Amino acid sequence: MIFNIEYETMPREALESIQLRRLQATLERAYATVPFYRERLQAAGITPANIKTLEDLQAIPFTTKQDLRDNYPFGMFAVPMTNVVRIHASSGTTGQPTVVGYTARDIGTWAELMARSLSAGGATREDIIHNAYGYGLFTGGLGVHYGAEKLGASIIPVSGGNTKRQVIIMKDFGPTILTATPSYALHLAEVAIEMGVSFQNLKFKYGIFGAEPWSETMRREIENKLHLSAVDIYGLSEVIGPGVAIECHEAKKGLHIFEDHFIPEIIDPSTGKVLPYGETGELVFTSLTKEAFPVIRYRTRDISCLNPEPCICGRTHVRMQRVSGRTDDMLIIRGVNVFPSQIESVLMNVDEVEPHYQLLVDRKDNLDILTVRVEVGERLFSDEVKKLQSLEAKIEKDIKEYLGVSAKVKLVEPKTIARSEGKAVRVIDNRKI
Amino acid sequence: MRLEQISVFLENKSGRIADVTAVLAQAGINIRALSLADTSDFGILRLIVDNTPKAEAALKKNQLTVGKTDVVAVEVEDQPGGLHRIMDILCKADINVEYMYACINPDTRDKAVMIFRFEELEAAARLLEKNGIGIIQGDRINTLLK
Repeated sequence: MIFNIEYETMPREALESIQLRRLQATLERAYATVPFYRERLQAAGITPANIKTLEDLQAIPFTTKQDLRDNYPFGMFAVPMTNVVRIHASSGTTGQPTVVGYTARDIGTWAELMARSLSAGGATREDIIHNAYGYGLFTGGLGVHYGAEKLGASIIPVSGGNTKRQVIIMKDFGPTILTATPSYALHLAEVAIEMGVSFQNLKFKYGIFGAEPWSETMRREIENKLHLSAVDIYGLSEVIGPGVAIECHEAKKGLHIFEDHFIPEIIDPSTGKVLPYGETGELVFTSLTKEAFPVIRYRTRDISCLNPEPCICGRTHVRMQRVSGRTDDMLIIRGVNVFPSQIESVLMNVDEVEPHYQLLVDRKDNLDILTVRVEVGERLFSDEVKKLQSLEAKIEKDIKEYLGVSAKVKLVEPKTIARSEGKAVRVIDNRKI
Repeated sequence: MRLEQISVFLENKSGRIADVTAVLAQAGINIRALSLADTSDFGILRLIVDNTPKAEAALKKNQLTVGKTDVVAVEVEDQPGGLHRIMDILCKADINVEYMYACINPDTRDKAVMIFRFEELEAAARLLEKNGIGIIQGDRINTLLK
């Protein structure tokens, strides 16, 4: 079902004229209220009045995650705090999170986009949605929640964790839609089997999965094990949260980007040049309707390509290919963004630790396992087992507190971490996604 | 009173102890006593050797992490209750033993030797001596009984 027929199936010409009008308004507001954007545009010799066509957007400088960090926490907000009704945050490379704000109207926009997304994934107001995305600073849980209420479906705000209880709820409440990270969905399936609960006997019809990279192989595995039809959802808190783009369950061939609210571009990550449809590069977004936290040409670091071909579902919005990678070294562990440099700064805060470490990512029983291998130098070493073990426990606790992700710390002998051309190999990702 | 102990960090994988003994054998180092503490991930090999500086250099050259700690070598009567007498003295004085292990005795056959690791080495050694317990000088363990 298409939630908003008027906008989602709008002819391209009409859509583009709305985009231009909204782009001009966004630029004018950002220029007037956010010093960062005003200075950037002035440095580039541009005023909002110079933007007369959608192509003119290409002259505007990019915004990066570093820019957001430099303006931590509220420097990029375009409205006074009295108008901000919600704050979310995601982890950043130095442990400093990226903070985003929403006005009441932004929350309404986000709910609309999530209602559209849930509909595209197969949900209707008759459905019961089991929402296993985490609730909190992370946008996943609350994003789905507001969308489900907007759609009029019944939502179970179960959040992440306590998997056995989740299986009992699935059995007793009979939800028909599952929203979760794809790896957690598979983990749910395994725990259900251990508990003697078969997904065949549950009522699930559709699943909407995202917040971490996955593949067609994983989709088949999820569909077979969970007996539902699975689609991919895309979003990032900087742009709005989940609900930037969604696959329709009819085609399952790329994710429709809600172009009445965002302008997507694909650029060559090294030159910044905009690439034509069909070519692979870095995804860049400009928000068109956001009030509290407008983003202008925000570089996502996600690698994808755009497909403008008409879709069998009837939506006219361009489709992005499933994200195939990153232009930086960010890892997504159980839905949490982790940069090796964050782990490094945790380690550097422990006096005895030398900067020789390696991150090992595995997937066991469909859950991501992060192991941090730390070389034991002389300063760290002790002849007492308990001292080394308490050091391991301290680092594990610090990582959990700082990054919100559980890691296992493993002490290793010096020089055991492979170094290629003098540079240590920081990340070994063994996940077969 | 002090005796120097070498400790070596080892990952818990097969062949690692053999790697260490090979280094020591090649350097002509004689092991007087050793103990191995292990966890599921790693182990700590503690050694008393006849030439500590040489052993340390050889191990470090082979990129092993080496630590040095002072421990105490204590004479124990080789008869029932011999060790208990020492433990009793320490217990009553509320002195905590971090770890301990047995060692060969360079001098006599009627006394065993235990290596003790204390948090407060001086206080523990003085207490034992005051109670008539023999403490073996470090250099005797290290160098005698070739």
